[in-house]
Amino acid sequence: MTQATADQAKGSVLAADGTPLKVSLRRALRAQKLRALMLIAPLLAFIIVAFLMPIADMLFRSVENQIVPDTLPKTVVALEDWDAKGDALPGEPVFAALHDDLVVAAEAKTHTRLGSRLNYEDSGMSSLLRAAGRGVRKMSADEPYEAQFIDMDKDWGDIETWRTIKLYSGAYTDGYLLNAIDMQKTVDGPELKPASQRIYVMLFLRTMLLSLTITFFTLLLGYPIAYLLAILPLRTSNLIMILVLLPFWTSLLVRTASWKVLLQQQGVINDLLVWVGLISDANRLVMINNATGTIIAMTHILLPFMILPLYSVMKTIPPSYLRAAKSLGANDWTAFWRVYFPQSVPGVGAGAILVFILSIGYYITPELVGGTSGIFISNRIAYHISISLNWGLAAALATMLLIVVLALYWVYDRMVGIDNVKLG
Amino acid sequence: MKTRHLFGATALALLPAAAMMAQDTATCENCANTMTVVSWGGAYQNSQVKAYIEPYKALHPELTVVMDESSAESVAKMRAMAEAGNVTWDVVDTLASDAIRMCDEGLVMEFDDIDAVLAPAPDGTPASEDFGDLLINDCFVPQIVYSTTFGYRTDVADWGGKVPSTVCDVFDLETFPGKRALQKRPIDNMEWALYCDGVAKEDIYDVLGTDEGVERAFNKLNGIKDQVVWWTAGAETPQLLADGEVVIGSTFNGRLFSAIVEQNQPIAMLWDMQDFDLDGWTIPADLPEDRLNRVLDFLYFATDTQRLADQAQYISYGPARSSSAPLVGFSDVLGVDMAPHMPTDPANATNSHLYDYGWWADHRDDLDAKFQAWLTQ
Repeated sequence: MTQATADQAKGSVLAADGTPLKVSLRRALRAQKLRALMLIAPLLAFIIVAFLMPIADMLFRSVENQIVPDTLPKTVVALEDWDAKGDALPGEPVFAALHDDLVVAAEAKTHTRLGSRLNYEDSGMSSLLRAAGRGVRKMSADEPYEAQFIDMDKDWGDIETWRTIKLYSGAYTDGYLLNAIDMQKTVDGPELKPASQRIYVMLFLRTMLLSLTITFFTLLLGYPIAYLLAILPLRTSNLIMILVLLPFWTSLLVRTASWKVLLQQQGVINDLLVWVGLISDANRLVMINNATGTIIAMTHILLPFMILPLYSVMKTIPPSYLRAAKSLGANDWTAFWRVYFPQSVPGVGAGAILVFILSIGYYITPELVGGTSGIFISNRIAYHISISLNWGLAAALATMLLIVVLALYWVYDRMVGIDNVKLG
Repeated sequence: MKTRHLFGATALALLPAAAMMAQDTATCENCANTMTVVSWGGAYQNSQVKAYIEPYKALHPELTVVMDESSAESVAKMRAMAEAGNVTWDVVDTLASDAIRMCDEGLVMEFDDIDAVLAPAPDGTPASEDFGDLLINDCFVPQIVYSTTFGYRTDVADWGGKVPSTVCDVFDLETFPGKRALQKRPIDNMEWALYCDGVAKEDIYDVLGTDEGVERAFNKLNGIKDQVVWWTAGAETPQLLADGEVVIGSTFNGRLFSAIVEQNQPIAMLWDMQDFDLDGWTIPADLPEDRLNRVLDFLYFATDTQRLADQAQYISYGPARSSSAPLVGFSDVLGVDMAPHMPTDPANATNSHLYDYGWWADHRDDLDAKFQAWLTQ
């Protein structure tokens, strides 16, 4: 009895070349999968390099604190036994270790870098370390280093300086992340910052709230337009489509700047209202450099992102359904609300999530028209990236934003169901 | 006889031409033939192209200059390039405060002996003396002195013919009602607030270093807070003034100069307590030798006495060398006498304030957090 007939006897089907069909099919499928993978490989590689790796890098940066143990290796070890909660300064061995470390650091010119790092936590560390880099070279090994350091700058005798170094002596720190939610590291554990310095939690909340408002207004304005686009004859709807797409072809900055011209107190809208007599010259409306300005400008800018998914879903709703509803006795409103609207919900879901996610990350428009009450958390992230150079804090803020967005996405999935979202 | 005469005449005519030919081009040993210059764009970068880069290129026709307009993000970009190990810039125009940051971070080159790098003044004074105190650290070659100061509209009816004469009039809403434009950052604003709250000029930073001092400055600013439009780009204030959105506002003096002189807006300068600041060149750390040679050759040329004075032909910022000041005069390009528009002109600088770089380097992060929190209250 041959192998083939044996297989046949067991009930498995054979392909033409005698191998069991299962094996042959698996082989063919594997080849197909491999080909598919090859086709998407460039995109996959691009996403890994340009999207996933930067996110991983950002997550890493929000806890990374290598610079302190790298620059002050001996001091960090010597500080291990010191009780930061007590009132006593660390002893002479710590000062001696600090001297050794700083001599090396000053040679490599890394002491100023460490100063910038620690200055984010304690003002004055920057100049303290810059001066120390110059001072350590002149110190004598015969006298106690503690006195020489304090003689150079009295801040070396301030216990807060040492607490800062001790708190941030690890290669990894939760300091940035705590900072991103308005807390700070202290010797007694994490604490809320003083009220005069709390800002980030409020900005996170405001970013969410304003983004929701913007999403709501884009839906309110976008729904009727998408509906018109879907039901009007092609010639008319094409014209409207061009009007919808036109802003896409105009620079973001130009659109934002035009809103300034329109909305400012001496601007077109106020001039018009005064001329009509609706408001007096002394009581011109403040519509820009505040949250109102951000909402108006961003609603306009993000409107196409709501209209297009809505339109592509509405286009697939057969008009005969509405006619059928009406012929069965429904009035216009019932026919729309009970028959048409439920079918357009996937488009609403897609548009809403698109606009919401986009507006959360916006920063140019809020920066230009938001004044003080209309700026977002992303403006602070941009500030820490490009002005204060506190990339650790910027990464921590971005991490928090990512967590919030993922949490919202999860809630959204629970409420609307992500399978219910359609782009067409 | 006739031919000899002719020959002589030709030779005489040719001699100066030959001498000029020799000056027309210069050599640069082992120098790269491209150079990327980073600056701020706009009228300012244009003034640098006219005063430094075009004359330098005339001397070195082999050179290609790439202009970049990224100075506003220079520190972040320099750090990113250094981390990636691929620095494409050769010479970077930055603010003094940014130069201090970059120097601390080790992103820019330190000069061991500035006199070996920069040209002496025409009378032989070494560069270190000619620039004097403006050499704020070992990495920064100052180029211009500018100031952040106020401009006000000259046609405000509510003011009853009065015009602001001191910086404290900015805080006086009774006499000078109307909106103000201030920069959205603590620097300058905190100093002006304390000064107008009665703190002596020399004590400002001591007071600002305490929590009570910060509170005091915020209290003073609270008086005008709801009348303030906060700006982030220097071009905003001239626009706000021109539109009548604000009646008085701070910005860089050169911006106000263009609004007043070139666009004839009804705006006047308030020089009182103008805050001096510096802008200048830095060189990225660890450039390859040929690129470094090129940059050093360019810097030697572009920061000499005449070149710094030339820049003031195009823009109203004061040259950083003291030997350049007497050379600043009537600008043929703009058709005005530049001296009275310079922040450093004695008539404008009777009461001025010098930004304390060291102090702000230490306190900027902390005060900025407090300032942002105050803004949102």
